[in-house]
Amino acid sequence: MNARAPTPGAGRVWRILLLSQLREQPGRLLTTVIAIALGVALAASVYLVNAAALGEFTQATKRLVGEAGIVVRGPREGFAEELFVRLARDPRIAIASPVLELDAALPGRRDPLKIVGLDPLRAGALQPALIGDIGANLLEFLGGGGLYLSAAAAETLGLHRGDRLQVTVGDRTKSLRVLGVLSPDTYSQPLGLMDIAAAQWTFERLGRLNRVDLSLPAGTDVEDFRRSLSSTLPPGVLAIAPRVERDRAVTVTRAYRVNLNMLALVALWTGAFLVFSTQSLSVLRRRKSLALLRALGVTRGQLQRALIGEGAGLGAVGAVLGVIAGVLIAAAILRFLNGDVGSGSLHVIGASLRAAPASLFAFFAIGTTVAALGAWMPARSAAHQPPARALKGGDDLDYGGLAKSAARVGLALLVSGGGIACLPPVHNLPIFGYAAVALLLFGAILLVPTLTVGVLRRAPRTGRVVFDTAIAQLRENVGLSTLSLSSIIVSFSLMVAMAIMVYSFRNSFENWLGKVLPADIQLRVPFGNDTAYLPPELQAKLAALPASARVEFRRTRQIQLDAARASVTLIARDLLPGRIGEQLPLLRTAASPPPPGLPPAWVSEALQDLYGYRLGEKLDLPLGGRRVGFYVAGVWRDYARNTGTIVIDRAVYVAATGDRDATEASIWLRPGADPAAAVDAVRATFARPDAFEVMTSSVVRERSLQIFDRAFAITYALEAIAVLIGLTGISFAASSTALARRAEFGMLRHIGMLRRQVVGLLADEGILLSVFGVIYGLALGGILSLVLVYVINRQSFNWSIDLAVPYWQLGVVSIALIAAAAVTAIWSGRAAVAEDAVRAVREDW
Amino acid sequence: MADLPVLRLERLAKRYRPDRPAIFEGLDLSLNPGEYLAIMGESGVGKSTLLNLLAGLDRPDSGSVVLEGQDLSALDDDATTLLRRRSIGFVFQAFHVLPYLTVEQNVGLPLELLGVGETERRRRAMEMLAAVGIGALATRLPRELSGGEVQRIAIGRALIHRPRLVLADEPTGNLDPHSAAQTLALLRDQVKANAGAGILITHSRAAAETADRILVLDGRGLTALGPRQ
Repeated sequence: MNARAPTPGAGRVWRILLLSQLREQPGRLLTTVIAIALGVALAASVYLVNAAALGEFTQATKRLVGEAGIVVRGPREGFAEELFVRLARDPRIAIASPVLELDAALPGRRDPLKIVGLDPLRAGALQPALIGDIGANLLEFLGGGGLYLSAAAAETLGLHRGDRLQVTVGDRTKSLRVLGVLSPDTYSQPLGLMDIAAAQWTFERLGRLNRVDLSLPAGTDVEDFRRSLSSTLPPGVLAIAPRVERDRAVTVTRAYRVNLNMLALVALWTGAFLVFSTQSLSVLRRRKSLALLRALGVTRGQLQRALIGEGAGLGAVGAVLGVIAGVLIAAAILRFLNGDVGSGSLHVIGASLRAAPASLFAFFAIGTTVAALGAWMPARSAAHQPPARALKGGDDLDYGGLAKSAARVGLALLVSGGGIACLPPVHNLPIFGYAAVALLLFGAILLVPTLTVGVLRRAPRTGRVVFDTAIAQLRENVGLSTLSLSSIIVSFSLMVAMAIMVYSFRNSFENWLGKVLPADIQLRVPFGNDTAYLPPELQAKLAALPASARVEFRRTRQIQLDAARASVTLIARDLLPGRIGEQLPLLRTAASPPPPGLPPAWVSEALQDLYGYRLGEKLDLPLGGRRVGFYVAGVWRDYARNTGTIVIDRAVYVAATGDRDATEASIWLRPGADPAAAVDAVRATFARPDAFEVMTSSVVRERSLQIFDRAFAITYALEAIAVLIGLTGISFAASSTALARRAEFGMLRHIGMLRRQVVGLLADEGILLSVFGVIYGLALGGILSLVLVYVINRQSFNWSIDLAVPYWQLGVVSIALIAAAAVTAIWSGRAAVAEDAVRAVREDW
Repeated sequence: MADLPVLRLERLAKRYRPDRPAIFEGLDLSLNPGEYLAIMGESGVGKSTLLNLLAGLDRPDSGSVVLEGQDLSALDDDATTLLRRRSIGFVFQAFHVLPYLTVEQNVGLPLELLGVGETERRRRAMEMLAAVGIGALATRLPRELSGGEVQRIAIGRALIHRPRLVLADEPTGNLDPHSAAQTLALLRDQVKANAGAGILITHSRAAAETADRILVLDGRGLTALGPRQ
């Protein structure tokens, strides 16, 4: 034979291999394709939904800010409008447009309506798109007593031109006429547009503004001017670049979005492990055919490329299907759930899918690449197997040497993972936490072969032929055993870690609820609104109710400490002297009492993390137009807000601001009082019974837990998919090994092993492997859960949780998984022994 | 029992498909204890099919296979398997030893299936390994041995439980002439030493001549060829 005779190219070898696989095992290939498709679909849909929702947020903020070069923003309750006068007269400023921006409470409705009060003559230059629709009815708009609704608001509220909208101001209801509906293109989210004077009058904010939009003459160095302006503004009022204003919403939801993306990637990585294990098994099964190709002149490189191409081919098909499915799922989420995938923070109306070809191609490339990566190692092993040895047959690939070097790399990865888990967040994202999870996961997987051998070597002989044979088989075929385990260990350990994290969080949340809801009845203004409050007269009425033993009032306000960050919540509450530990879930307290003249403040963990305040430090808060100093007396846990919360004594707050209104109340009932009757009595004190939310603490608790569970529903769904993919891996492994061992089973049947004993042999192997996988997955999941609880959760959401292990749930899932693995093995075993034992023995002849 | 034939075939017939002619029909055969028989025939004549019928691994279309006085067609799958476990030893052309068991464990496997205790099993396995000439390899895995040595494991495994019948299907098909000669002699000697009967299926005239008598299977049935011509 001519040594330089042409050999088939990698492309042709690839076609031969893939087509033969397709003929022989269409089911296996199809399931691998589906697994990749699922992972890609999840990752793509989560990305597309988030991109659409964020795009919508950004667009909406752009419309509100318009052409302004700088936004001067004050606290929600506003600042004196003299500041606007000063800015309007400043010769360095071309246009100053005053704005009163409020979230107005609507009686009987949970969500407030954003109201923007502006001067249409000035805003016309800065936000032409926003007020363009009003042009023809300017006089009516300036006449007061009415508002324009965006199309989304009109649709949500079911209102038309001429209808009336009820809004809550204090504890009373006011009525506004709908002057018209803006076109859907003007502003896509719910919004009410009012003349600024009418807004100030309606919402009792005479002389107050909370925003001034500035346009600067051409040629001004905007950033330079912004800095110089900032130094002249009163405390609590900030000069902000519009970009920062737009990015704030994006920043607030970033941690949740990143976590969701990571979760979706888990499914994709599990799919990659599935490709790895199925390709490895497939290479093992075809080792003689592959060796024959090598003997016939296919080079090592050609074979390796062809086998990687086989995995990439499957990945490409799966990725195309996944991208299509991802687009469809994203469209459905945007259409039916308004883009909300669980957190509630990304709720947008009418967001349209922005499926940029580049991002879709990126998902296609990711799916194809992870599948190719999954096929790389088995391809390399097959290409490096000496053909003569493989042709002789009966021998496993040489995993022994690989196992030793894998264990060394695995240990190194574990140590590195543990090390980088301790590093701080990057831009408030737990980048090193995610990297630590990946390293620990890969490191642990690489240790599996060595550990499997170690455990099986120590397994004693029982004298039971079936069991002992099963042990011997697993021990000598550690490569196969490891491959079977990898995908299920990956998915199960991640599931365990997530389950421990979510359970710990829920447990901590329940304890926290118990601490923050000690009273019998809770009363609060609708969440997130700026217009409803409990005036002093109403507070007095509530305190005088016959059923009330004690009432604690709280005033919750938003303050802006940093322009680039979301606002911080200030809670001024009636504190019991010396009993703060009973009123707040305190984590740490300052070693010494506050110095004279510096009242105490208790900050949440988020405030400490984001702003770096330490116990015993001085904290300046903008109150009543001046800076008031506080002493950081303690750190407490706040699961209601992750952007920072500060608790101060309400008496101090009233003294600094003169504001005696409250936004929340906790009512302790007298012994024997009927809570339901007391709730009715509380409602009877309101001008409108649905002006405020009144609930018994048990109902608040129940609803809070429901919201919690809903927020994590998608997590459970993604976990379930990952485990399903892992189980598919076990199923492939079981059926592939059963097929590969038909001759062995045939021989065992010849020498007198009963059919059920052969099936039992496979069941024992399946159970042994899955027990090992489950124990290993539990241990690895436990370690990963520490990273989730103490690093990723802490750095993403800025609150700590106490570790708690859901033993019972993990036990049930573990048993279910072992049972599923056993059933799969039995099913595969039945298929293998159903094959004529005689034919199986003769197959190799 | 000693006088009864180990195996008796009566009017045995088999066809693969009802619309095809029979592979063979009307086969009669009787095999006595201690007798070692070779069956020869061309490829496709049905030698392996006959072997499978003898072992109860396949069912005849008519006629009967009587092993140690029991008609195999009257037994269900479990009972046939248990009878095979107890009374038959197999040697295959492709050896078929378990690659993950040691030489000693492979040879002792039939005893393990019969529930023999570990001590006794190991003792007998070592005896058998010594008898087939690979006593020094007891702790090795099959992949570390040559083809001839692996076939000795298979012979040891076929005989360790002293079966009444040993069925060997082309046992030297994968061996070189020297190993083949050694294996055939060993197989014959061990069948005789264990007081059982044996049937050797082979293409090879030389291999067949190690048997006490030779039958040729062809379209007409089983025909005696005569000993050592």
